[in-house]
Amino acid sequence: MEQKQYVIVRLDQEIYGVDIQQVQVIERLSRITRVPQAPTFIKGVINLRGDIIPVMSLRDKLNMGVDDYTNDTRIIIVKTKKNVMGLIVDEVKEVMDLDTSDMENVHEFSSKINSEYIKALGKVDGDIVVILNVSGLVDNN
Amino acid sequence: MDMEQYLDIFIEEAKEHLQNLNESILELENNPEDENLINEIFRIAHTIKGMAGTMGFTKMQKLTHDMENVLSEIRNGSFKVTTVLIDVLFKSLDALEGYNEEIASTGSEGAEEHNDLIRILNEILEGTYEAAAAVEVVAEPVVEEVQTLEDEENEYEKKFTQVNFDNYVRGTVVQAKSQNFNFFGLTVYISPKCVLKSARAFVLFKALEEIGEIVKTIPEVQDIEDEKFDLDISLFVLTKESKEKVLSVVENLSEIEKVLIDEAEIKEEVVEKVVDKQATKEEKTVKEKKEKPKTAKTVRVDIERLDILMNLASELIIIKNSLENIDGLKQNSSFNESVEYLERITTNLHDAVMKVRMVPVEQVFNRFPRMVRDLSKKLNKEIKLEMSGKETELDRTVIDEIGDPLLHLLRNAADHGLETPGERVAKGKNKEGHMKLRAFQDGNNVLIEVKDDGKGINLDKIKEKAINNGLISSTEVENLKKEQIMDFLFMPSFSTAKEVTDVSGRGVGLDVVKTKIQALGGSIEVDTEPGKGSTFTIRLPLTLAIIQALMVNIGLEKYAVPLNTIQTIEKIDSKDIKMVQNNEVIILRNKVIPIIRLDEILHVKKDQEDQDAITVVIVKKGEKLAGFVVDDLIGQQEIVIKSLGKYLSNIKLIAGATILGDGEVALILDINSLV
Repeated sequence: MEQKQYVIVRLDQEIYGVDIQQVQVIERLSRITRVPQAPTFIKGVINLRGDIIPVMSLRDKLNMGVDDYTNDTRIIIVKTKKNVMGLIVDEVKEVMDLDTSDMENVHEFSSKINSEYIKALGKVDGDIVVILNVSGLVDNN
Repeated sequence: MDMEQYLDIFIEEAKEHLQNLNESILELENNPEDENLINEIFRIAHTIKGMAGTMGFTKMQKLTHDMENVLSEIRNGSFKVTTVLIDVLFKSLDALEGYNEEIASTGSEGAEEHNDLIRILNEILEGTYEAAAAVEVVAEPVVEEVQTLEDEENEYEKKFTQVNFDNYVRGTVVQAKSQNFNFFGLTVYISPKCVLKSARAFVLFKALEEIGEIVKTIPEVQDIEDEKFDLDISLFVLTKESKEKVLSVVENLSEIEKVLIDEAEIKEEVVEKVVDKQATKEEKTVKEKKEKPKTAKTVRVDIERLDILMNLASELIIIKNSLENIDGLKQNSSFNESVEYLERITTNLHDAVMKVRMVPVEQVFNRFPRMVRDLSKKLNKEIKLEMSGKETELDRTVIDEIGDPLLHLLRNAADHGLETPGERVAKGKNKEGHMKLRAFQDGNNVLIEVKDDGKGINLDKIKEKAINNGLISSTEVENLKKEQIMDFLFMPSFSTAKEVTDVSGRGVGLDVVKTKIQALGGSIEVDTEPGKGSTFTIRLPLTLAIIQALMVNIGLEKYAVPLNTIQTIEKIDSKDIKMVQNNEVIILRNKVIPIIRLDEILHVKKDQEDQDAITVVIVKKGEKLAGFVVDDLIGQQEIVIKSLGKYLSNIKLIAGATILGDGEVALILDINSLV
């Protein structure tokens, strides 16, 4: 029984988890400056206390349509070995301990899900949490 | 002991020592009889040997050891310094630099043994070296004793008996004593033969920390780290161990001459005796080492930390800008005063941080004398290099980039510019060719000149070559000014050298130099006088972090255009735009200038219909002009350049980003890729 902490976020109607080790900080939506010629899922850059950070629309990246900014919209700043990146999510729900031993690998589950972006599937009270592979999302451009 | 953390320090220090070694060997070549230089070289080799040994780099240690042997024989007067020997010393230096680079990139010294070199060093030692004909063995060795430190050092004394402690230490000791800790004072004398005194001191600290706690040292730890002490250190230790145990722990360490230990007392009295002694000792040490220049107090700081500091200072400026813009408070005079005060502070803070990042160009210039020496041997030319303005400072980031371009220019000057001694004499010139490397500040720029008194650049040859390369027609070429002809030199694969030497002439070079310097926001010009020589002038910005920019609106977005690229700003009637081969151009003062519609290139959503009158910013890239169509001008601003980060590094049109007064991010246009 190994427990790990995840930040639980909502994209549209689905629930995703991000390993808290990779999360630097969670920010409210601030003004995003568009960057010409950037990939479409990169919405632009923001000023995070003096640092310029690119922001990615997770919905766009995961082919889930266009973001609809509301009061709940948040930018999760994640850090990998190579990059610092803001991920736009519809809502941040909570931080949760999940049991890694009863997570399922993606390729056992379905071939439709792009395993490059998704690490595993966890379960919370019978609901499914998609655990995101942050390095896969952020480091391969 | 984990060596990883010391690796960076080792590499940096080794670099410095090798640079000193380089300079000393160069000097020795000119003054082969100078004993101080030989001593200096010996000392440096010895230091590197010690450092390498400590870090476990055995190959480096072996090589320096063999160098030392040879140097020591020279010092004893067994043989004289000759060119052959100097060459061998330089080869050894190169090998050591190779090791250091290998260590810097891989963390280990690699497999290269340099056996040849070691063999040569040993043959020199035995007097059997092939070229040893040149190594004259001197019959009577004159042994030069190296002065050890003062004799009075031999009287060991307990220097811990009369020390005053601050209240914190006093409290700690009283509390520890109540818990049955023993409180000992020690004075430890380190062996005079010890090379790395401060390292030895830290080994001592470590050993003591294992059995107790060190509450105070004399001198302070910082001074010990800087080797600002003689041979004795006094310490105060709290421990549960007995006096004998502590004594044996210290005595078991190597390179320890003598240990004195006793129960220590906490005195209230302020006694300055020890401090005084320490001070006079220090003065004495300084006097004794007077051949060593006294270095300024410096701290080595990782450049990343400076970047953080720079960021914070920039942020402060941004916050100050937004304070200034708060409505409703502007009428309040005390608020205004405070903001003005804040502005002064932020400006000064910013300048201070900038100054910290500045490094003298000396760092780059230092490697050139050796290179020129080698070149002159290779090319069989007599070359004298004069350098001035070494103290001129540039931002660290510029310094790191400017070395290679300068190297190129110097090589070019030596190879193509300067004539052979024979040719020079025939022309009535001095046999020795002169090259001048000069740096000086000019307003917000630093100029670096590379000058030679050689044959100059043949304009006709350039014309011929330009026509042959199809760059220009033979009729057009006649109308060109001298500067325009010279500009061909900076074209890719343009070389007028008749033959390719292994020094230069392959036609890579000047174009690379130009690209690199432009990437740094600088420019390069060349002037020449046939028969008299050529001068290359590089103009560099003092800093890369802050530039003056023109802020413009394109649609609803704001962009920054670096001011130094802007020629003029024009209001153009849209009727005046002509089409030439499907491209829009305007004609301005008899020049045809292509028009670039930024909103199209940057895919900006238009917020207004085309106006009759449009604003065009005319920018210059080298000789090329182009007109950027913008919607509005916002004004000139000093902006702090920030990078877009690795993820977006492949975006060509954007040179970076900056943060405006209201916290918004604006992008900086990369003129080079747009024109």
